[in-house]
Amino acid sequence: MLAAGGSLLLFLVSEQLSSYNDYQLAQVGIYVVALAGLSVLVGSNGQISLGNGAFMAVGAYTAGVILVHTHLPVAAAVLAAAGAGAVAGVLIGIPASRLRGPYLAGMTLALAIGLPALAIKFSSTFGGDQGLSINPLNPPGTVDPERYLAWVVLAVAVVSLILLANLGRSRFGRAFRAVRDDEVASALSGIRVARTQVLAFAVSAAAAGLAGALLGLASGIVSPGGFSVQLSVSLLAGMVLGGTGSLLGMWWGAILLVYAPQWATSVAGQLHLRSGQGANLALLFYGAILVLVMLLAPSGIQGILHRLWERVGAARTAGVRRRVGDDGILGGSAADQLSPDVPGRSSPE
Amino acid sequence: MIQRKRFKSTGAVLTALCAGSLVLAACSSSSSNSSSSSNPNDTMGVTSTSITIGATTPQTGPAAPGYSEIAPAANAYFKYVNAKGGVNGRQINYLIQDDGYNPTTTATDTRQLVLQDHIFADVGPLGTPTFLAVKDFLNTQKVPALFVESGCNCWNDPSLPDTFGWQPPYTDEGKILGQYVTQHFAGQKVGYLSQDDEFGQDGVKGLDHEIPAASLVNQQIYTGSEQGLANGLGTQISALKASGAQVVVLYTIPAATTLALLAAAQIGYAPQWVVSSVGSDPPTLTGLLGALSKGAAGSSLLNGIITNTYLPTLTDAANPWVVDFKAILAKYDTGAPWDGNTEVGLSVAYTFVQALQAAGKNLTRSGLVSALESQGASFHGPGLVPFSYSSSDHFGYQGSEVVQLENGGTTVNALSGPLVTTLTGPITTESAAPSTPPSGLGS
Repeated sequence: MLAAGGSLLLFLVSEQLSSYNDYQLAQVGIYVVALAGLSVLVGSNGQISLGNGAFMAVGAYTAGVILVHTHLPVAAAVLAAAGAGAVAGVLIGIPASRLRGPYLAGMTLALAIGLPALAIKFSSTFGGDQGLSINPLNPPGTVDPERYLAWVVLAVAVVSLILLANLGRSRFGRAFRAVRDDEVASALSGIRVARTQVLAFAVSAAAAGLAGALLGLASGIVSPGGFSVQLSVSLLAGMVLGGTGSLLGMWWGAILLVYAPQWATSVAGQLHLRSGQGANLALLFYGAILVLVMLLAPSGIQGILHRLWERVGAARTAGVRRRVGDDGILGGSAADQLSPDVPGRSSPE
Repeated sequence: MIQRKRFKSTGAVLTALCAGSLVLAACSSSSSNSSSSSNPNDTMGVTSTSITIGATTPQTGPAAPGYSEIAPAANAYFKYVNAKGGVNGRQINYLIQDDGYNPTTTATDTRQLVLQDHIFADVGPLGTPTFLAVKDFLNTQKVPALFVESGCNCWNDPSLPDTFGWQPPYTDEGKILGQYVTQHFAGQKVGYLSQDDEFGQDGVKGLDHEIPAASLVNQQIYTGSEQGLANGLGTQISALKASGAQVVVLYTIPAATTLALLAAAQIGYAPQWVVSSVGSDPPTLTGLLGALSKGAAGSSLLNGIITNTYLPTLTDAANPWVVDFKAILAKYDTGAPWDGNTEVGLSVAYTFVQALQAAGKNLTRSGLVSALESQGASFHGPGLVPFSYSSSDHFGYQGSEVVQLENGGTTVNALSGPLVTTLTGPITTESAAPSTPPSGLGS
């Protein structure tokens, strides 16, 4: 119901927007998928990844190679991208399940740095530095191409979130959280810790691969320059800002990732600096926004909204405590467990 | 109510994830090849008093040093034209977007310029991978993309009728340098060092066209990324020295040229260097030599380098274009250095203003494109060689002049006259006298 309402809202919004805003809406959708995948890994399973940008590259290049070198439809390419992401996730997840904390961060960072270089190494397949050009989607009838892109991307995003939310409520989601909270205890309860961690990596990387393919479709190119270390780091920042572990929060994170650089640029533009200085100042503003949100809202934007909602709810129900269920939204701290948008949920199993 | 579902296995989860995206993506591929252009507006961005244009260039990131100066220098020329009353009474408003040389950002920035800022034309977008990301979008929107700053052969593409290159194609440059080597270093052993992408490959294509395979003794490549250059070019230079190459041709970006010169100096290797114009701007190299050697090496390493140029020599104080351009830059982009980058920016802007004038009072996108095709070849500007523009040729400058650096790059001696060529045709000498700027330019 939430998903249906949200989809309708997004559809109505996209109808009202200009082409450029529709394009930005599509970008929000792409980042939501990538952030949600990362949130499963970090928020629910307690592993860290500085390399999800590399998984996006895996998906993007898979889709790119299929679209450029074969005549398969776009749908097949996007699907294969998610599949390739999952495979890459398993391959990385196996050694990752033996690593903890900073070592895991280091390994995934190496992935983010090293993987795009493969595209240059094998340039006959991957197009080298200039990458692979991807034809834009063909919208039916007279639909604006950017609006159509927004529809396709947002539809994929909503379906992905529903699937991830269901996963979070399933046996696997509970295993993810159990492993995050205490590996020894979950092993004693019969959960296979390493296998669970590999699965979390696979799910996370599949979502990243899917997002990568969508990014390729949206930007019209898949090239090493699009998947820098910066992308991986900003994914992590977006996830924390949105509210780690909360799928709904990922929308806020994605909105920040898409719009904050633009706000920063327009603020810097007001100062009429030399072009290079203005551009560097914009990066500084962007960094400042991230730091400020992090300081003022350590639990992310969703965390703030959640607390506000709780206060409103507490006032309205005059002290009657709401029952907090085994939440549908993956993991997160106890404060994030309650989804404000799903009233009247049932009690835990 | 949200139903709680349990997935029986990992496979089921992934299958469901995939199935979900299949349904949606299937919608996207089911559509036919219907036209997606949204009623292009031929006078978008033009009013009776203004013309709004834009460009995506790196102002931050690894490609920014040097390249970030180009668009502001172009804007300096537009400001100068505006101060003189604009073109046909229209002031030029130039929007510079920083893409950090990231194609994904270029895609977003270009959509902002076209869909939100409603630019008339994309003037001076920089880079091969970055522009490749948006060529189809601009083509669909029928936005003229003029003077893409890259020597890729890919801009002369009949399927991109509104896209024009500007600088000479790398292959043409390679042919001209290759012919010079063959004529003046006959019988000597030749080696190459080139960047492992389309820039280096296209350049080598041109060199191979002229240099006999028998004289080529060694061919080295490097990766142009930051990682590729992190360890220097010692391995490649040692291999070239070991092969006994007496002439070494570099198809390198400035940072790689610097690393090659430093590596050779370290092992006492002093071949005749021949460097493509992309990697031979003396002010840029002088700065890099000092920075990368921590002050141990200086511009004296540049002495004797043979290179090519299609614009007037920076240090030629007698050249009226240099005098006028320096004056405009000093007034409208205060503090910007006078180097190969700012010279390119000013020259690109000069060419665009010529195109606007050729398109006449009733400015339209299609009018601008056809004016360039019909009159572009006869534009007289700072270039040492003419433009090749026609309805079937969207390349740009047709060739260049071979020159030699002396006195640490502060003296540039012409070795050949201006030479013109095409990708496969012969190399001929351009006989037309160099053009002079219109009187009053720069004042």
